[in-house]
Amino acid sequence: MNFSWDLLVNAIITGVVLGGFYAAAAIGITIEFGMLDIVNIAHPAFMIVGAYLAYLGWNSFGFDPFVSMAVFAPFGLFFGRAFYRAYHFFFERRGDESLQGLAFFFGILFIIEIGLVLIFGVDYRSVAAPYIGPTFGIGLISVSWRMMVPFLVGLGMLAGIQLYLSRTFTGRTILAVSQDVEAVRLVGADPIRAKEIAFGIATASAIVAGILLIIIQPVEPSIGREYIGRTFAICVLGGTASVPGTLVASLILGVAETLTTTFFGPSWSPAVSFGLLLVTLAFRPAGIFGR
Amino acid sequence: MSAQTAYEPRKSTLVPARLRSGAAIALVGTILVAATMLFGSGVSEYYYLAAYSILQFIVLGTAWNILGGYGGYVNFGTAGFFAAGCYTTIVLNKLFQLPLLVDMSAAAAIAGLMGFGTGYLTLRLRGVFFSIATLAMAIVLQTVVINWSFVGGGRGVYVVRPEISGLFASYAHLLVTLMIALATCAVLAAWAVEKSWIGIGLAAIRDNETAAETSAVPSLRLKLIAATMSGALMGMAGAPFPYYVSYVDPATAFSLAIAVNSIAMPLVGGTATWWGPVVGAILLGSVQQILTVTISSAANLFIVGVLLVVFLTAAPRGVVGVVRAWKRGRP
Repeated sequence: MNFSWDLLVNAIITGVVLGGFYAAAAIGITIEFGMLDIVNIAHPAFMIVGAYLAYLGWNSFGFDPFVSMAVFAPFGLFFGRAFYRAYHFFFERRGDESLQGLAFFFGILFIIEIGLVLIFGVDYRSVAAPYIGPTFGIGLISVSWRMMVPFLVGLGMLAGIQLYLSRTFTGRTILAVSQDVEAVRLVGADPIRAKEIAFGIATASAIVAGILLIIIQPVEPSIGREYIGRTFAICVLGGTASVPGTLVASLILGVAETLTTTFFGPSWSPAVSFGLLLVTLAFRPAGIFGR
Repeated sequence: MSAQTAYEPRKSTLVPARLRSGAAIALVGTILVAATMLFGSGVSEYYYLAAYSILQFIVLGTAWNILGGYGGYVNFGTAGFFAAGCYTTIVLNKLFQLPLLVDMSAAAAIAGLMGFGTGYLTLRLRGVFFSIATLAMAIVLQTVVINWSFVGGGRGVYVVRPEISGLFASYAHLLVTLMIALATCAVLAAWAVEKSWIGIGLAAIRDNETAAETSAVPSLRLKLIAATMSGALMGMAGAPFPYYVSYVDPATAFSLAIAVNSIAMPLVGGTATWWGPVVGAILLGSVQQILTVTISSAANLFIVGVLLVVFLTAAPRGVVGVVRAWKRGRP
């Protein structure tokens, strides 16, 4: 462990930039788990599906990752809505979500991971784009574009989702569902439809986050597991249902991880998010932005 | 039988009715242990390896079911408890060379304490937080092991099997006999929990925790008892594993396949009774053994995942539920 100030400043900047990407990965969990009360631990697996779709698009048609986002995010929206319909039919309707529903998502996670191994093998896959590679520096600080692009897209996505939830009728219905499903029924709105749309948005966000992931680093099927801890840690730390909370928690986790990687070595970084999660659950389960 | 009327209960039975299935478990277990010890010396090593992995999953599935099936709290971190048992044996083996039964007791103590600790921190919150915390615990533990060079770190470690005593033909023979005994104990423990006030309280918690607490069910205490027992049994299942494979690395000990299997087996078998996980483990365990030989090990894990999802959607009460519905359908 060799300490120096510009190492520290660089680690913090990198952490903030990484945090923007983590926010994109975690916003889906904030919607699904925080607002809809659906514990979708397969969310990171959907993300990896997005990464592989970007790889397929680039490898077969020469799609830029941004073209892949425009093509595959709507697909995620429709798939997510259909998926929620099936989940509702088999589990929510019967009141089985706490045991069977949770195990169901675990099974889906496992099927996706092994399915990707069977199709693509365990090799790392990556894409090429003009912004993957170059870096830019201001004084002592240097940031690479492949980190900066996901940071900006992540921030934009969070802002868009926040605007949608607070300004549109459906968005407000989703927020109302997160507070009281029965009250939503009483005022004549359909909570199931609102949940379906919200789940679709969350799945689309997973696809986009996966495409951002393959811009940052090469991916392999089991990499999604690391994001279970990260996304749930962010969601809980941010107060489960809060979009601004998700952003702040993502930045905290990003900085905590890069500091750990810089000063203790990368092999400790998987423990950071889960450690943070355990500490939050033990001492402040409502999170920093919790009600 | 037919001469008896409903008003006269039979008095001359050897075992009281409420203990009958427990006695049956103990009897079957003892017979199996004795048969394996006496006649098992000539069996080919392959069958032992297959039997060992099925028995291991009976223990893991039964252990998972004590908290997950009876109490409704899903543990995603079975692999963490299992690996804690593995690495307890490895550490003790490197330091002292103790008998395996001592290793297993130590593993039970450590994994039981882990279950208690995780439970104490999160079982007061909503059930899902416990689930995520167990997953977190497994990954934190894996990171610690990867960075701990004494137990081989990420590269893994070789374990030398101790000498065997004259009763057994090979070390595999000893391990399988031991695992039959352990599986019997695990199923007996699950049966005892299910039939006692603990199981009744856990069922009340699973169905409606608020209502249970209002009716003076000591919910936190019951959940902690179940979490500790469940963790201890998982640790015991892991303790002989290093001798079984003789090379352990974190990727094997913390494998996601362990977590998936120990959830899939009770859910496929049926979570409400002690025999559900046993049926599930024998069913899925045999299917996997056959598929590993005939296709590949990645494909067989894929099929476990698919079977889990199919059972959850089509038969959410598992094989036990299907059998009961079929019985009810007949006059």
